[in-house]
Amino acid sequence: MSLQYPALLIAVPLLSAFIISAAGWINKKLCFPIAVAALTVSAGSCIGLLFRVLNEGVVLYRLGGWDPPWGIAYYIDSLNGLVLCVVSVAALLNLIASKKSIEQEFPEKIGPFYTLYVLFVTGMVGITVTGDAFNLYVLLEIGSITGYALIAMGDKDRAPLASLNYLYMGTIGACFYLLGVGYLYISTGSLNMVDIARLLPALYQSKAVMAAFIICMVGVWIKMAFFPLHAWLPNAYTFAPSAASSLIAPLMTKVMIYVMIRLILTVFTPKFAFGTLAVSHAIVWLACVAIVVGAICALAQRDLKKMLTYIIVAEVGYMVGGAWLGNRAGMTGAILHIVNDALMTLCAFLVVGNIVYKVKGYAFDDLKGLFTKMPFTMGAFVIGALSIIGVPPTCGFFSKWYLISGAIQAGHYGFMVALIFSSLVNVVLFFRVIEIGYYEPSGEHHGHDHPPEPMAEAPLSMLVPLYVVAAGLILVGLYTGNIVNHIIRFVIPSSFV
Amino acid sequence: MGDWLHMLVAKYNYWIYITLMMIGLYAMIAKNNLIKKIVGMNIFQTAIILFYVSIGVKKGGTLPIIEHGHGGHSHVIHAADYLNPLPHVLMLTAIVVSVATLGVALALAIRIYNRYNSLEEDEILTQVREK
Repeated sequence: MSLQYPALLIAVPLLSAFIISAAGWINKKLCFPIAVAALTVSAGSCIGLLFRVLNEGVVLYRLGGWDPPWGIAYYIDSLNGLVLCVVSVAALLNLIASKKSIEQEFPEKIGPFYTLYVLFVTGMVGITVTGDAFNLYVLLEIGSITGYALIAMGDKDRAPLASLNYLYMGTIGACFYLLGVGYLYISTGSLNMVDIARLLPALYQSKAVMAAFIICMVGVWIKMAFFPLHAWLPNAYTFAPSAASSLIAPLMTKVMIYVMIRLILTVFTPKFAFGTLAVSHAIVWLACVAIVVGAICALAQRDLKKMLTYIIVAEVGYMVGGAWLGNRAGMTGAILHIVNDALMTLCAFLVVGNIVYKVKGYAFDDLKGLFTKMPFTMGAFVIGALSIIGVPPTCGFFSKWYLISGAIQAGHYGFMVALIFSSLVNVVLFFRVIEIGYYEPSGEHHGHDHPPEPMAEAPLSMLVPLYVVAAGLILVGLYTGNIVNHIIRFVIPSSFV
Repeated sequence: MGDWLHMLVAKYNYWIYITLMMIGLYAMIAKNNLIKKIVGMNIFQTAIILFYVSIGVKKGGTLPIIEHGHGGHSHVIHAADYLNPLPHVLMLTAIVVSVATLGVALALAIRIYNRYNSLEEDEILTQVREK
């Protein structure tokens, strides 16, 4: 059983998508339990796989029994073991949390929604687990196409156009990645990542290999919304239904960061990425611009969800910059931030989901008096906000610490200043929201001695997963040392100082 | 001059795919009509498919079907005599992906048309701003 984890974690959600789609025609009530069961199996396999990797080292799974350079192999080391756990657990928690909001927002489309949901998760875990460059493209498109459809189910006026713009950009990104893989295939004749890494060192001076690297990177950057290529993200994530935005926002960008790190560390060696190709300094500067622009755009927003989407743009800058600093602390910070940012974004978007469920809006004006109305939801929001700002007991502090010490080590003070600037802007952003929610009475009554607003909290099925995530933020923060020493340390090649 | 001519003529498949790709990219950036953008996107994807197909070709190569002699005895095979089938097989998947993307894009365009009664992006955006 445990030998088959790498196949189970992708095959079970993939096959259950068809079952859910069929069950939707018979009885809509069947869809949710099937989806939960499938994602539980997937998440269980991911966690089991991580423990196997920690005990035994790299796991290589031959699909169909074909040996690696010819067949598709799944290659799991502690880097994607960690990302797999985060992706599958986040998807499962969000699935449970968003049951009620799906029933409220589109009761007639429950079957198709869960089908797309499970397929999207299949794509995300598939991208993470695969060790084959072309297989990654196919799974990337499975994830993206279902993502476009999920986003288009949102706001009737704006969502289809936002989704179509995302589709244009996303297709260009995926095609660029495919083109880069084609160049790699011309040069090496192989599609297996480990095999390419073995064949490449002799070809590092080749222009085709350089072109392959740059084209792949640009493709991945479009998909992760790295600064000049980020224009699709804010509208797509804002107008998506709340269940879909709290699924796609934490996972898509983070998984693409993982792909970037995988390309740098495994397919191309750090020696090539940081040595032969002297672009890392420019990319870190671009990341600084991404962080600053993301923070400033977030300041300009008048609603909570769009503000959060611009914070994602800034956070992508954190991770890209950290990875390209080219030292151990920076890379550790980037990988740790994949985990932390997935959890923080999930927490923040689940809060938005709860607010939309009860208040039917997410503009700043809708948030008035929310601390008396929904104290538990807003309590979790405060934990998420503290983590995004980077206050010590929560996990956001520790990854930011690694990123800043990496910046100092590399002598890149611009990146350090950008990180601190963005933290300060986050303080302003979140305390503005907290102030509106805490001090401003809700709109209906302006008298002095009005009765306190009755509590109208979101149902327990939404609150429990939210608090699991919020507790996760603190726990991951407290156990950062263990995560770094037992998992991330083995990912980073010894050539890094 | 000779070098330049060699680049142009000997690598004509790359020039064609890049030209097609740029036509597609231009349509996606510059055109105002959503359907034209979608067509541009499809040209962009097809250009990459063409690139992959062209790299599998070998001069004088034949179909990659290996004939075993009668009676089951095998003979020496020169890989150079056969086309490389792998890029072609990969492109079957890429074609499926591009059809799926096209389908989703057209479905979204229909949704947009039903809501705004227009497929011109500037008209849709003025309607969005008026609201």
